[in-house]
Amino acid sequence: MTVPAIALSGVTKRFGALTVLRSVDLDITAGRATAIVGPNAAGKSTLIRAVLGLTRPDAGRISVEGVPLNGHWDYRRRIGYMPQAACFPENLSGREVIAMLRDLRGRGAPTDEELIASFGLASELDKKVRTLSGGTRQKLNAVIALLFQPSILILDEPTAGLDPVASGILKEKILRLRHAGVSVVLTSHVMSDLEELADDIVVLLEGRVEYQGAISDLARLTGLAGLEKAIASLMLRGRSGA
Amino acid sequence: MRSAGKILKYELSNVFRSRWIPAYALLLLLLTDALFRFGGGGERAVLSLLNVVLVFVPLVSLVFGTMYLYNAREFIELLLAQPVGRAAIFTGLYGGLTLPLAAAFAIGVGAPFVYHRASATAAVAILLVTGVLLTAGFVAIAFCIAAWVQDRAKGLGLAILLWLLGTVVYDGAVLLVVMVFGDYPLETPMLLLTLLNPIDLGRVLMLLRLDIAALMGYTGAVFERFFGGPLGMVAAVAALLGWVALPLVLGLRRFRTRDF
Repeated sequence: MTVPAIALSGVTKRFGALTVLRSVDLDITAGRATAIVGPNAAGKSTLIRAVLGLTRPDAGRISVEGVPLNGHWDYRRRIGYMPQAACFPENLSGREVIAMLRDLRGRGAPTDEELIASFGLASELDKKVRTLSGGTRQKLNAVIALLFQPSILILDEPTAGLDPVASGILKEKILRLRHAGVSVVLTSHVMSDLEELADDIVVLLEGRVEYQGAISDLARLTGLAGLEKAIASLMLRGRSGA
Repeated sequence: MRSAGKILKYELSNVFRSRWIPAYALLLLLLTDALFRFGGGGERAVLSLLNVVLVFVPLVSLVFGTMYLYNAREFIELLLAQPVGRAAIFTGLYGGLTLPLAAAFAIGVGAPFVYHRASATAAVAILLVTGVLLTAGFVAIAFCIAAWVQDRAKGLGLAILLWLLGTVVYDGAVLLVVMVFGDYPLETPMLLLTLLNPIDLGRVLMLLRLDIAALMGYTGAVFERFFGGPLGMVAAVAALLGWVALPLVLGLRRFRTRDF
């Protein structure tokens, strides 16, 4: 059996009285694209943050490509992360932000000039981040996530804030990486994105895994055509069962 | 700690380019210059400036420090997702704000003394060292607050409260102690109380250097004996450095384990 890209076992996270993740067991298959979906406050972001080490679980174990997370940060070398909202030091230029992250990673990976060019970002990279529009920052965010040839790509709402053209370019890029063997984990509320990008789907409901499996099996399971209806029915079923 | 150096390098170029740093330097420069022109030169200007430094520098450092760390939250999250330790991020950001603020202070206050050719070199040096150490200390306190308190309104409120305590309430409390326990020998407790407040520490150092310790009466004589000697100077600077190190260590401890 191949080692899962990300494995969670019994992961629980509480914020005060609120339990956000309830003993989550989850294996994210390497080399596939897995979408994590669920209603707001289902625990999607907390799950991603726990994998990145931003949040520490109260119980349970997480491993990334077979390496257990034990407070060390070296495993993040293999992860490219695109947060939902990008925020960079506002007086630096895009190029300087890229240079800083490259310095920190200590790798001479070349910048994806092709992606920069297709985003039309080249002329924007010399301007201060403060002056860039939200969409342009999001493009920069994407370029940074893809910069270091990661073996795992974690994308939190990757197309939010991007215009349709940029969104299409990014999706095409993600698919190409996925075909090249990169494990992709993404969250999105846009159903068409999920249909285009994801092989597997994980439905989180109130901090529990309600469904995990291939996206193609979901319709069969729920007996409903269309991803949106199938997911919605799972969410409703989980809510009425709770 | 190589990563901390890298973060520091980029943060320095970020913060030095912000509009606030030159504005802060310019404000201090105009103020110092005005005190020179209208208040007489040399030690008198130093004395007038002292009060500004003791009140203004801690306030600016606390407010800049807390807001800086709160505003950098998303950026910190991006850094945390990189193969970098948390201590490197915390210290890199701390240096990235403290050095520009301290430089703005040193230039703003120091430049007029240079171009007015002031004679009070030792007093100016002590003023500059005190201001730089106060900047480092209060930015550290601000970082400690922002690491512990997640809510930015509460954090900023706490920072301002601490500033009020240090500048206004503390002196009142010390006076109260002196009044109530006036019949007892208070020299040693007073020395300790002074060491516990970085703002008071700066004031005492400066007043002693200006040879007006006699104005402070009996306690002044005790202070002069203690702070005037080499041991006292070392103790004062060590206490000020302690005010940099302690909040930094406490803040870092929290920063290492907290959730983002």
